[in-house]
Amino acid sequence: MPKNRPLLMVLAWLIPVAIALLAAPYVVGPFHTLTLMYGLVFGIGVLGFNLLLGYTGLLSFGHSAYFGAGAYTVAFMVKYFKIASMELFLAGSVLVSVVISLVFGIVCVRYTRIFFGILTLALSQVLWSLAFKFFWVTGGTDGLRVPTPSLLGMSPGTDKMEFLAFQYYYYVLAVFAVCVAVMWVIVHSPFGKALQAIRDNETRAEFIGIRIRRFRLIAFVVSGAFAGLAGALWAPLNGLATPDILVWTFSGEIVFMAVLGGFHNFIGPIVGAMAFTYLKTYAVGLTVYWQLALGTVLVVLVLALPKGIMGLVELIVARLRRPR
Amino acid sequence: MESLVIHGLNALLYSSVLFLIAGGLSLIYGVMRILNLAHGSLYAIGAYVTAWSIGAASAAGAPNALLFLLLPAGAVAAAAVGAALEPTLLRPFYRRPEEYQLLVTFGLLMIIEDCLHLIWGPNPLSAGKVYQLAGSVTIGTSRYPAYNLAVIAIGILSALALWAFIYRTRFGVVLRATSQNMRMALALGVNVNRIYIQAFTIGCLMAGLGGAIVVPGQSAVLGMGVEALVLAFVVVVIGGLGSLEGAFAGALIVGFLRETGIALFPEVELAVLYLIAAVVLLVRPAGLFGRA
Repeated sequence: MPKNRPLLMVLAWLIPVAIALLAAPYVVGPFHTLTLMYGLVFGIGVLGFNLLLGYTGLLSFGHSAYFGAGAYTVAFMVKYFKIASMELFLAGSVLVSVVISLVFGIVCVRYTRIFFGILTLALSQVLWSLAFKFFWVTGGTDGLRVPTPSLLGMSPGTDKMEFLAFQYYYYVLAVFAVCVAVMWVIVHSPFGKALQAIRDNETRAEFIGIRIRRFRLIAFVVSGAFAGLAGALWAPLNGLATPDILVWTFSGEIVFMAVLGGFHNFIGPIVGAMAFTYLKTYAVGLTVYWQLALGTVLVVLVLALPKGIMGLVELIVARLRRPR
Repeated sequence: MESLVIHGLNALLYSSVLFLIAGGLSLIYGVMRILNLAHGSLYAIGAYVTAWSIGAASAAGAPNALLFLLLPAGAVAAAAVGAALEPTLLRPFYRRPEEYQLLVTFGLLMIIEDCLHLIWGPNPLSAGKVYQLAGSVTIGTSRYPAYNLAVIAIGILSALALWAFIYRTRFGVVLRATSQNMRMALALGVNVNRIYIQAFTIGCLMAGLGGAIVVPGQSAVLGMGVEALVLAFVVVVIGGLGSLEGAFAGALIVGFLRETGIALFPEVELAVLYLIAAVVLLVRPAGLFGRA
């Protein structure tokens, strides 16, 4: 057996997926390209979220705050500083979400389990209520418009659909690839292993000299930064930053995506974000009672398939491999 | 002075409803260690059922006295939904990690919200007739709706009833024992499944009652449950999750803070509430009345 077999295995499915993603705008048309893009954007956010849930064992019910902070940062930069550069948007959003997640994180990481969840939820609603009430700054429920940005200094063409489905798609795809690579490095670094040690046994981790609270805080901030980056990418795509993305039920959707894909798996959150985006797009298109449909899916999912889609895939692969 | 009294009454009114919601949430958590994200939706069920039954009865020409008797309909409906949900959907989750408990109740929240939409449509439902029928009382030179006073009375009475029920009855003793040590209670022959279903039903009854008494004053609208839940969280975080005294004190604190906030600094009124909850958690992690 060759020594680098695991690497070959990864490449065996990574290359086809990469080719499919690269070819998508020319093959599937603008509707699917846009849906795919929403999936990629949420994928970045949920990947960040899962650093907390899957790797550190902390369930945040407040990630809408960091995602929304990213999106609103873009809207503010457009409205008050007349900036149009996407690179500056990304930098600004990451900076703002890092600051907010640092402040919130200092409070939240003192707790674990259910209290951590409630506290992240309550703090995220501070941002929501501010966005909702200071309507002369934030546009209230109408939200703020986000026009098409310039990418790498090149101003967008006049056809918005063309811009979103081609230039912006590849831009998002590139950022997505970088984010996945960075997250891969993080979870496989000594830092990532320390987080998993904390998740599996807090006391033992402390005994071998891991400073639990500091590690949790760093994980929290990294997680918030990913969510903020996703929010920044989402804002031009959606064209509007509204308080809807700050309400705690959106945090619930983020948790939903992670569990749908399988939070014990590295790529589970990405798969979950894709699956959820398609599920929601079709459910919303099909019926006004899409919440009913998604809620039922969620309940059935946690009852029957708690390890999510990737858990199911692993099960099937294991079955196939078993010698007959 | 007079306006202070009216502000005080408004704060008490708000606290009464909050106590009913948060008390139920806290009771359920205290006994079953499950945080029910769909709890606000049960409050919404109470509001919708009461508004609908009062509306239907008054359209059918029922006497006015009957309309008042229909108020508890929402509470009964919410209790019935709770009694049906606990054994079917929640029971499989007690032994599983709490992320799954939160997720299943989150799914339930989505389902209930849309069921309300499906049954009663997108328009607000009002039971304002009861509010008008109750008339008003004179305080100094201004008039105050008598119905609001009734809501305050209901809030205080239900707090007393609940206290008596939990600290002065045999059922209450068993309930507290189960809450403190479920395995020991089980070993001593307590039917824990039955206690769980009863506790969950009482919690839902309280939430439903909250919705039922709120609906004559304000309409039942979609999304009211989601909003109420976060406020109930603030109450239980301040008071201590799982403690009824905490829910009572927390509801009073939040009620008075909110009324002051609306009067003095309306823009940051909600933000201040959430921040206070965060500060209380920092200073006293288990809340004012919680046991860690």
